[in-house]
Amino acid sequence: MKQGYLDEQFCQVEDLQDEASPNFAEEVATLFFKDSARLISNVEQALEKYPKDFNRWDAYMQQLEGSCSSIGASRMKSECMSFRDYCGQGNVEGCMRSFHKVKREHGALRQKLEAYFQLLRQAGPAGAATRPGM
Amino acid sequence: MALADATAFPYGLRVLVVDDDPTWLKILEKMLRKCSYDVTTCGLASIALQILRERRNKFDIVISDVNMPDMDGFKLLELIGLEMDLPVIMMSIDGETSRVMKGVQHGACDYLLKPVRMKELRNIWQHVYRKKMHEVKEIEGNDSCDDLQIFRNGVEGFDERGLFMRADSDTVRKRKDMDKDHADQDSSDGATVKKARVVWSVDLHQKFVNAVNQIGFDKVGPKKILDLMNVPGLTRENVASHLQKYRLYLSRLQKQNEERIMGAARQDFSHKGPSDNLNLRSSFQEQPGNLSNGFQHSSQKIQAQINIPDPHLDDTKTSVPDKNGTSVSDAVDPQNITSASPLSGVFSFERMLVNQDRKLSETMILECQSRSGSVPPKQFMQYPKHNHERCDLLGDYSCLPKPDLEHPIAPGHLYAPPPVISMSCSVEGDVRDFSDVKPDLLGCMKSLSPALTCTVESVSAQLSDSVVTSTNSDQKFSSVEGLSSIKDCDFDQERNQATLLTSEEASIICGTDLTCLHDDLSGYQLQGVSFGNIGLSSIDLFQCNDAMALPGLQNNWYDDVEFSSETMEFPLLDGGLFA
Repeated sequence: MKQGYLDEQFCQVEDLQDEASPNFAEEVATLFFKDSARLISNVEQALEKYPKDFNRWDAYMQQLEGSCSSIGASRMKSECMSFRDYCGQGNVEGCMRSFHKVKREHGALRQKLEAYFQLLRQAGPAGAATRPGM
Repeated sequence: MALADATAFPYGLRVLVVDDDPTWLKILEKMLRKCSYDVTTCGLASIALQILRERRNKFDIVISDVNMPDMDGFKLLELIGLEMDLPVIMMSIDGETSRVMKGVQHGACDYLLKPVRMKELRNIWQHVYRKKMHEVKEIEGNDSCDDLQIFRNGVEGFDERGLFMRADSDTVRKRKDMDKDHADQDSSDGATVKKARVVWSVDLHQKFVNAVNQIGFDKVGPKKILDLMNVPGLTRENVASHLQKYRLYLSRLQKQNEERIMGAARQDFSHKGPSDNLNLRSSFQEQPGNLSNGFQHSSQKIQAQINIPDPHLDDTKTSVPDKNGTSVSDAVDPQNITSASPLSGVFSFERMLVNQDRKLSETMILECQSRSGSVPPKQFMQYPKHNHERCDLLGDYSCLPKPDLEHPIAPGHLYAPPPVISMSCSVEGDVRDFSDVKPDLLGCMKSLSPALTCTVESVSAQLSDSVVTSTNSDQKFSSVEGLSSIKDCDFDQERNQATLLTSEEASIICGTDLTCLHDDLSGYQLQGVSFGNIGLSSIDLFQCNDAMALPGLQNNWYDDVEFSSETMEFPLLDGGLFA
């Protein structure tokens, strides 16, 4: 579903939506993007300020990975994992590459979700039942 | 959501969720709400601790992430388990066996992997129940049918407060047990669950102790105690169970006392070390590296405990901010301790001096054991658990502190006792050895001040060469540098209460000979105490009435420093003490 960008966890989040929180999924997504932007920037700074400090890089990336798991951002998450693997190997270049991918996935996911929620809004309440493929 | 039977779902279970990730926090909150639980969220471990300390009784279970920026999740786990004895569930994206193992080792009752599913959350209530049953079993030593009763009681109480009611061993009717003091038959009527827990407040406990002392420890029995105490609404069962715990507590103290004979332990107050949680649950925990905070917190607690003039410990406790140097609230007003309230173990006292042979008044047991390890929070045991509604006093006994042997720096515990330490010793005429207390007191004092860390060391140094030695009856308190003002040491000669209050900056100066203090006690003001700006008003420290042993004093009191009975109060400050 969602072309691999989002996994089952995202459905779980959507299922939490109810009358008390009719826009729960979107709120969560918004929160995620806001926080993940901060976490990405943490990693970025660490890459610059603390060269080869793999432990630190890993720690920051772990936070981002955890965040990805909250909304089921599977592609982004696997890039995070790959970054951490490179950290474990002490491979700076690998880290840099995968970090770029993380950012890319992040951007892509944001676009997709924005479009998704927009569609939902347009579709109206009835449309909420059908999840457009992403 | 009333539950009338044990099979209904525990609606309203009070959960505290701690996670630095706001997205997760939001999701978890929603999930838990959907499970009909009562959720509180928190993004920082330190705040979570604060919340828990303030409202200890208001939560049933804690769920926390492992990786948090301000504090390691495992440490939080430990602290919560020790201080509050709440079940804690860990969460992490990392499911590696070693991590999970670590969680279990630190006391987690479960370890969930992220992404967490709602069905996993739905089942967390089992941990709460299980723990309660386990607790009851342990404390009461009842057989399983009793547990069931308790369990049932607990369940029945569910909707009363909308919460899962903790089975309070004191309030649960127990079956008569020949071996136990409470052999009362009428306790079998466990059906009335709703009893309010007996809150063993300081005052109540003091009455209890007074009664015990009056009767004679060896001859004591729940019925006699109950009669003497003359507290309406208190049942024989309540007293019996409390007595049992008290005994356990005392015997542990004694053991500990014997083990630690004045020695290096006494002297060594450095509190660097982790302190073990002595068992009394200490309300205070020291934030790693943050002595002052810890102290403050503890001080608050202590205050509450000890003197209790305020019935609510909570009130007295000012929430101790985690910031260093925050002054501890002097919630407790020293003066009040009219009855020797048990000194809450808030202090990081090492052990309370409990002298079984003497009439014990209240002894606070503060034992802070240091845990070796990284900055472990020092735990103050509070006795009774402060602000708990339940009878934690004794409850804590079960987990009485381990002998100080284990901690390398025994004296270390001194660490920051809450700024206000009021110890009220009931005047029972028993002499208490405050010597033991002192060191800790000092330690506590030290902690109060921001300069703690250094003071602690200095205190210890002082202590070593200072008087406090259990062997002698001198009790000297070393002054804690940096403590600014010792407030209110009230001395109540008549009542032999000594409350040593130190304001946050109180510098405690101990150095006087306790034994000779008594004469000077009344209105002893720190003479010549040159505490910087300590605004000591009257430092009525420690009253030695057998009352409370200043908690935490490492030295064992027992070592027999005996205070002559007339020396009840010893001015702690001795002019020109140390510093």
